[in-house]
Amino acid sequence: MAAAAATATTFSESSAFKLLNPQPHHRITSPLRSTTTTPDAASTVTTFHGLCYVVCDNIDTDQIIHAEYLTLVPSNPDEYEKLGSYALIGLPSSYETRFIDPGETKSKYSIVIGGDNFGCGSSREHAPVALGASGVAAVVAESYARIFFRNSVATGEVYPLESEGRLCNECKTGDVVTIEIGESDSKLINHTSGKEYKLKPIGDAGPVIEAGGIFAYARKTGMIPSR
Amino acid sequence: MVSFKEESNKLSNFSDFARKALEEFKTFVQEAINTDVFTLALPSDTSNVAEESSRHTTLISTSSSGLLIFSGLDSINHCSNTFAPLPGSVPGRIQFIMASSTIIPSSSPLIKKDVGFSAFSSQPSFYIQSSKKRVFKKIASVMAPQQSERKPSTTGSVKTGLTMTEKMLARASEKTQLVPGENVWVNVDILMTHDVCGPGAFGIFKKEFGENAKVWDREKVVIIPDHYIFTTDERANRNVDILRNICTEQNIKYFYDIKDLGNFKANPDYKGVCHVALAQEGHCRPGEILLGTDSHTCTAGAFGQFATGIGNTDAGFVLGTGKLLLKVPPTLRFVMDGEMPEYLLAKDLILQIIGEISVAGATYKAMEFVGTTVESLTMEERMTLCNMVVEAGGKNGVVPADNTTYKYLEDKTTLPYEPVYSDGQARFLQEYKFDISKLEPLVAKVSDAKDFMAAAKVFLASGKKVKVPTFLVPATQKVWIDIYSLPVPGSGGKTCSQIFEEAGCDTPASPSCGACLGGPRDTYARMNEPQVCVSTTNRNFPGRMGHKEGQIYLASPYTAAASSLTGFVTDPREFLL
Repeated sequence: MAAAAATATTFSESSAFKLLNPQPHHRITSPLRSTTTTPDAASTVTTFHGLCYVVCDNIDTDQIIHAEYLTLVPSNPDEYEKLGSYALIGLPSSYETRFIDPGETKSKYSIVIGGDNFGCGSSREHAPVALGASGVAAVVAESYARIFFRNSVATGEVYPLESEGRLCNECKTGDVVTIEIGESDSKLINHTSGKEYKLKPIGDAGPVIEAGGIFAYARKTGMIPSR
Repeated sequence: MVSFKEESNKLSNFSDFARKALEEFKTFVQEAINTDVFTLALPSDTSNVAEESSRHTTLISTSSSGLLIFSGLDSINHCSNTFAPLPGSVPGRIQFIMASSTIIPSSSPLIKKDVGFSAFSSQPSFYIQSSKKRVFKKIASVMAPQQSERKPSTTGSVKTGLTMTEKMLARASEKTQLVPGENVWVNVDILMTHDVCGPGAFGIFKKEFGENAKVWDREKVVIIPDHYIFTTDERANRNVDILRNICTEQNIKYFYDIKDLGNFKANPDYKGVCHVALAQEGHCRPGEILLGTDSHTCTAGAFGQFATGIGNTDAGFVLGTGKLLLKVPPTLRFVMDGEMPEYLLAKDLILQIIGEISVAGATYKAMEFVGTTVESLTMEERMTLCNMVVEAGGKNGVVPADNTTYKYLEDKTTLPYEPVYSDGQARFLQEYKFDISKLEPLVAKVSDAKDFMAAAKVFLASGKKVKVPTFLVPATQKVWIDIYSLPVPGSGGKTCSQIFEEAGCDTPASPSCGACLGGPRDTYARMNEPQVCVSTTNRNFPGRMGHKEGQIYLASPYTAAASSLTGFVTDPREFLL
């Protein structure tokens, strides 16, 4: 911590962030989502890489997927795709850079960065599904509303990761970022600004996500018969 | 009239046994007064009734200046969460929408009196705490004590104190002990779904369990179409058709179908808003586990049960197994004492609480509501309280079951149920105390309702006409019938509907979720323009009621009605006092 603080001269915003590496980070892993096993520790690292889209606090499910589109049934493949094309459509017009470009059905942003209480409001599973269907692999927020977090885990649509500080003040829409989820520690690397941020461990949800959602987890643990 | 007033935090600190003894004692006195004969036996073990609590509490003083606005659910001003005095008025056009969840039943004054006599009066009389020992002694000499049979899980015979939420989850997971944070597999008593999430939940159920799979229990799945009903949107209509086919195929016992969209009254099975329908149809029972694919499923906590919202995938899992892995939440306890001023409604109470703890103040937590004020509330008011638990991020809300609960359930369910209560030694994450007699009306700035009777009372008192379009949406068929049939006290026999008509309101709409959430564009009272709306609903994020630049102010029916008369957000005391 002391070492990090000593090298944090370029980092003026907040002491809440632990600066892991003050040097610009250039390591780019090509696949959007990859899982690699490092030879030395035999630990699994899941990596996401892409452009980030930055939003503020209290992004509720109406902003993620407006109630108008809830007639779409996520378990129907065609309608799943359609849901994706409406992801984050409810953001106010103050968000001048839109999450999905006009005429597109997918987003070019694969990582969403938010503030407090991301996904609050309705229990609609359409919310994480819409994000997942639009091409989002992970959300990084300061905190989550309970049901959104749970739905993300249960569906396996997006990884709901928690940051240790307000990354929504640190990153800008369009920054190139990489997320590395390790067994012992996870981090977000912002290649555009050259900064790294520690992410909180995924905790209890880890085993469920790792198994591939609640059904896979239940089969693995013998709750329901395996197929 | 004899009535008791206890310090409710002490009451809820009692063990189940002591509490039950107290209940029996009250029933006994009630009967004795009615019949003039003292003959009932009482349990002898009342020793821990007198147990004093030294629990640390946090006193929260209520705000004191005029009508308040808080941006508790404010997402347009994204990051703010401050209280501000109402600046006199809010300019612009104001719509008033009552997506009512309840109407005061005709019997409500009766219930209040009955219940008032038992544990739940707001009438000051004498302290049970100081007098009960004497009274008990006297009665014990009349008759020998009698023990009724109780299962261990309800008698508080566990080693460590549990909150009522912990106790319900322990029982449902067949454990005797658990701690907050633990993940447990819980047996589900009722799974509710509706037209928005039902088709998806069943889609997942079929995908995971097979095309020919059957639900775990056809009598425990309750399906209530209510969201997008009176619309020409084809996909919305199709979703109700999907539900109908599934219910036929699975032989689902409780499906509240609607086929004739032109006239809701032609559909005797159709109810309306699921949370109210669940209660009115007797699916809410103390001590049980109720899950639903709707975040406001927490409303059912009013019945002293564990109720929370889940997503489609979790619901698909429950459909196949009847179980779900749930994390045990720690409990925040809200002690609300004091007589409610007559210009306040339950909506004001929960808005006050959310204002205090913020929109994420209860994330992952249970919210337990106790105190003399809560005890004096009707079931409908308790539902209003629990309905908005999720707006503070809460997992569930609970009100301990009492005579008000039992009375409500009398003609609604024949199934046995076992209420549970928090132990005296239960550990609460935090306790908040409110003196409700000092509370003021609130509105939540941009970020259900109650009680048409309340709105009618304001219109009646003012004798004026509304100045802005005023929409009324009854929650269920029953509420609709009540609006057209129950006389409003003090009106000379007029019904709510007559008063609304005289005041110039829109004709009450077909019961459904309506514009509480902005569904298809032809949804009744949907905000298709960036307007300003005062609503008795429960959520006001940007775009919630349609247009994403629209502004929604949440308020009690009194405040909403007063505002519709002036065209500005208005303190109802202007009309009521």
